[in-house]
Amino acid sequence: MTEFNELSRQFQISDLKEQRADLHFFHASKEHAVAVLTSLKEKYGYTHLVFFTVVDHLEKNEFHLTYMLHNYEKHHDMGVVVKIARENVQMESIHHLWPAAATYQQEIREMYGVEFPGSPGLYENFALEGWEDIPPMRRDFDTKEYSDKTYYPRPGRESHDPREYMKENLYPGEAETW
Amino acid sequence: MVKEKENSKFPPLVDGKSQYDLTSGKYLRVWQGPQHPGITGNMSLELTICGDEIIDCKTHVGYLHRGFEKLMERRKYIQCFPVVCRICVPEPDFNEYLFAACTEELAGIQIPERAEWIRTLNLEMARLTSFLMWIGGQAGSFGMGTIGQWTVTLRDYMLDLFEELTGGRIYHMYMLPGGVRADFPPGWINKLLDTLKTVEKTLDDVELAMMHNAVFKMRAKGLGIITPDMVDKYGITGPNARAAGVARDIRKDSPYLVYDKLDFEIVTGTKSDAYGRCEVRIKEMYQSIDLIRQIVEKMPKEGPFFTKLPNVLHWRIPAGHTYKRAECTRGEYGFYVQSDGSDKPRRTYVRGPSYTHAVALMEHLAIRTNIADTAGLMVSLHTYPPEIER
Repeated sequence: MTEFNELSRQFQISDLKEQRADLHFFHASKEHAVAVLTSLKEKYGYTHLVFFTVVDHLEKNEFHLTYMLHNYEKHHDMGVVVKIARENVQMESIHHLWPAAATYQQEIREMYGVEFPGSPGLYENFALEGWEDIPPMRRDFDTKEYSDKTYYPRPGRESHDPREYMKENLYPGEAETW
Repeated sequence: MVKEKENSKFPPLVDGKSQYDLTSGKYLRVWQGPQHPGITGNMSLELTICGDEIIDCKTHVGYLHRGFEKLMERRKYIQCFPVVCRICVPEPDFNEYLFAACTEELAGIQIPERAEWIRTLNLEMARLTSFLMWIGGQAGSFGMGTIGQWTVTLRDYMLDLFEELTGGRIYHMYMLPGGVRADFPPGWINKLLDTLKTVEKTLDDVELAMMHNAVFKMRAKGLGIITPDMVDKYGITGPNARAAGVARDIRKDSPYLVYDKLDFEIVTGTKSDAYGRCEVRIKEMYQSIDLIRQIVEKMPKEGPFFTKLPNVLHWRIPAGHTYKRAECTRGEYGFYVQSDGSDKPRRTYVRGPSYTHAVALMEHLAIRTNIADTAGLMVSLHTYPPEIER
C-alpha cells in the first residue's frame, strides 16, 4: 500500500493489515502518531475523522487508541492503532487537526482516564457528573460491585400464589369445594 | 466570526470565545432542556444570552447514558441484539444492520441475496419513518404543529407495517447475523405500496404548506449556515453536508447491501441553512419512497432469507476488528467491533452522526442566533441524543 510504504520510511509504523479492500489498519508509535495522522490528512487526503476511541486490553496492560480516518476521493478507511501503557496515560491532542476531536478527547478522558494536555474543555463533564470512581469504561471497573455499593436493594412488592390468593380472598366460601 | 463593531452590545471575542462578565447584569444564563423542544430525547443547552441573542452555548449530554457499549462487553454476540437497537430510538434498524454486518464479516458469513434485499428495504423504510418524525419536529419548532400531526400519523402507518413484519413497532430486532428473522407476511407488500401512496400524497401537502410558508421562510433562511469548508473540520455528514453542496452519500460512494443495483442520484443543495437542509431532506423522503418501490420490483420473489448459524449461545467469533458504515437519515452511522476470539465482543464503538452535529457544531452555530430559533436550529441539524452518549 503506497501510503503505508511511504509513511514507514519516515515514521515508526508497523503491522499493516487489510481487513477489506477499502479498510486497512496499522500500528503507529505513540511519539509518531500525531505526525502520521497529520500526514494522512494533509498529504494523502484522509480528511474525515470518522471516530476516535480506545480499546482496553487489561491483560496486556495496554490501551489501544484507535483513530479512524476516511478518504472521500478513494473511498478508503485507514485505522491507526496506537498502543500505550495503562498507567498515567497521556496522549498528544489532535484538536488542532479536527476541532470535533476535542469532544472525542473529552469523552475518552472521562471514560478511560486518558489525558490530552491542551485539549479544549477536557476537564468538563461529558456524560457523567461528579464521578469519583475509576473511569467507568476501563475493564477493571466492576459494574456489578458499583451498583451493589451505590444502590440499596429494594424489597419487592408483596406477591401471592394466584391460586391460593383467590381461594382465600375472593371465593372464601367456595374454596373448600375446590 | 462576525467582526465586532465599536460599542456593540455583544462582548468582545477572543479566540472565538465571548469574553463576558455575568455579574455585569447585561447577560443572562439560561438552560434549555433536558426536555429540549429541539430534539427527540433528553439533552440540555446552557445558553448565555444578551437580550434575546445567544452569545455562548454549551451542550450537556448524559441524561440518557445507559452504558450500551459497556453492557455489550459482558454479553454474548446474540445477546447484544436487544441492546443495540435501543441506541437510536427513531431509527433502530441501522444499529441492527451494522452490528449484524460486523459480526458476519468477522465470522466470515455470507448472507443469502434475498436477505440483502430485505435488509435494504427495511433500512429505507427506517429512513422514511425517521424523516417523518423529524419533519414534525422541524415544523413544530417554527409554530406549525399541524404539519407535525400529519406526519406523525404517517409515521404510525409505517410503524404498523414494521409491526406486521417484525412483531415490534419501535425496536424490531429483525436483522440478525445470517440474514433476517422472517419473510414477508401474505399481502404485506401490497399494504406497503398502499401506505407509500398515502405518504407521497401527504408529503406533497407538507411541501406546499411548509416550504412556501412565509413565516417559515423568514425564520429558517440564513439560520445556522454550514459552509463547505466546515464539513471536514466538524465531521459533518448526511443531509447537513449535502445541503452545502458536498455530494457525499455512502449509499453511492461505498455501496453496501444492494444499493449498487438501485437507480438514484445524490440529493444536494446550494446552501446549508435550516431551510436548505429541510429542502434536501424532503427530496430524500421522495427518494426513499422511490427506492422502496424499486426494491419491491427488483428483488427476488423467492429464496432463502437466513443462513444456518452455529449454536449462537456458544458462538466464538475469530479475533479481529472491523468498521462498517451506513447512510442513515442524519449522516454516517458506523459500528466498530473488535473481537478477541471469545464469545463476547471485546469492544463495540458506535459512531453516531449526532455526536459531532449536536456538540461541537451546535455550539458553533448557536452563537448570534435568536433564542427563539434555537429549537428550530437544533432540529434542522437532526440529532438524536441517545447515540451521543451510548
